[in-house]
Amino acid sequence: MAKRIDVSGLSAYYGSVRAIEDISLTVEPRTVTAFIGPSGCGKSTVLRTLNRMHEVIPGTRVEGKVMLDDVDLYGAGIDPVAVRRTIGMVFQRPNPFPTMSIYENVAAGLRLNGVRGKSDTDGIVEQSLRGANLWNEVKDRLNKPGMGLSGGQQQRLCIARAIAVSPDVLLMDEPCSALDPISTLAIEDLIAQLKNEYTIVIVTHNMQQAARVSDRTAFFNIEGTGKPGKLIEIDDTPRIFANPSQRATEDYITGRFG
Amino acid sequence: MSLSHPSPIRKAKNTAAMAAMGLALVVALIPLVSILWTVILKGAKDFNAYFLTHSMRNVAEQQDSGGAYHAILGTLEQVGIAAAITIPLSLLVAIYLVEYGRGRLAQAVTFFVDVMMGLPSIVAGLFILSFWILGLGYQVSGFAASLALLILMMPVAIRSTEEMLRLVSPALREASYALGVPKWRTIVKVVLPTALPGIVTGMMLGIARIMGETAPVLLLVGAANSINGNPFSDPQGSLPLFVFNESQNSLQAAIDRGWAAALTLIIIVMLLNLFARLIAWWKAPAAAR
Repeated sequence: MAKRIDVSGLSAYYGSVRAIEDISLTVEPRTVTAFIGPSGCGKSTVLRTLNRMHEVIPGTRVEGKVMLDDVDLYGAGIDPVAVRRTIGMVFQRPNPFPTMSIYENVAAGLRLNGVRGKSDTDGIVEQSLRGANLWNEVKDRLNKPGMGLSGGQQQRLCIARAIAVSPDVLLMDEPCSALDPISTLAIEDLIAQLKNEYTIVIVTHNMQQAARVSDRTAFFNIEGTGKPGKLIEIDDTPRIFANPSQRATEDYITGRFG
Repeated sequence: MSLSHPSPIRKAKNTAAMAAMGLALVVALIPLVSILWTVILKGAKDFNAYFLTHSMRNVAEQQDSGGAYHAILGTLEQVGIAAAITIPLSLLVAIYLVEYGRGRLAQAVTFFVDVMMGLPSIVAGLFILSFWILGLGYQVSGFAASLALLILMMPVAIRSTEEMLRLVSPALREASYALGVPKWRTIVKVVLPTALPGIVTGMMLGIARIMGETAPVLLLVGAANSINGNPFSDPQGSLPLFVFNESQNSLQAAIDRGWAAALTLIIIVMLLNLFARLIAWWKAPAAAR
């Protein structure tokens, strides 16, 4: 289950533009790590390199190492598709599959990967929906379209879909930025529960959220437009918010810029 | 400046624009309605079960008898074959263009699809005539007509499918990739089902277009008067061609048959359209229903 991520010397490019430069950080198993920083600082790009989603966009490339326990995800012979099965992802906007029901959405990862067996799937779907705190709300309408749910429910459906393939790590790219405060609270509670089983990395623009949900916080910044994003520091969350070692971090979290 | 009443100039502009739009709508509807009206009015006389189930075999032009069965059968077979070849091919080409195509080859394919889009149908007919019949020595047949028709349907089908696939949000593809689903499965299980209603509509537009094509059929099908169910050998009938031939005649009986055949053609195209809409509705993303 939950695994450690070790990033070293990571740079990522869009065409010839370097988006992030020389990132090194460690994410411990069964912890929540928050990535914070101003827009365009590359925190989402870092997140997307962790499950090799960065390279889905044509013309992109990655340098450096991402170790998942003792496997280099960018090593020779590593299949990006298998990597993504191991490291799940939840996106900024809820994106359930519009042609599928609630049940089918949760089962999508299994079905699309060719796993068969009806009774097994039923169990996994229920377990995943329970895991995403959505089961009680949808158990009577599993065959209704996933798009019929509210935004917050859709996002929890996407989380259920992500954990249904039992990944080792869960990446969340601003999972609450399109949601109202109540749905946000529901997701944050869920993150606190999921931490017991998964390694979680969450990108957020909401610093209170980072303070609430994360054990460790990484602050990213850019010197200016066109410059690559860099990791300024990563530390235990209380320390980052109370007593950061870098001036830029303090400026950012106290709202003096960004 | 008053906040309570729109200025008279703006009001006048608004009224003028509304009137212009209304007028344009009426002008656009005139030909459509009058075509339908005329065809129904004149075609209804001969349009009956006898007409739909009998051919023109041994029917003299002046006789108030005969039917379009041979032509309906011919058109359905020719268009059916053309569609059966075009739909999978154009689906694959569109998938290539949207999901894989980068660089020169994709640009070239897009360019030639655009060029083919404007290809006059008579040129497609002449091409098959010179290549298939004069060049390779095959006889006129329904299949020869199918070949010309598929050339005409292909660009329409590719272009519309391409547009529909491009409309599928990249977020859905990413959601699928993030579950560890390979690209091809993502295309088959997520992208295609999402785009399906639009693709079906586009294909039907293509089919409707070629169903009424007369020029290539005129050159290739041989214009048989009797029933020939085999599109691969011997001349066949064809509805648009039947309409053309009958309307060239000065005898009233022939002209009546022409109108009835025109009505039949319109009804078939409308039924296909209805069918396509049904599929599109049935397969539409559930929330959109």
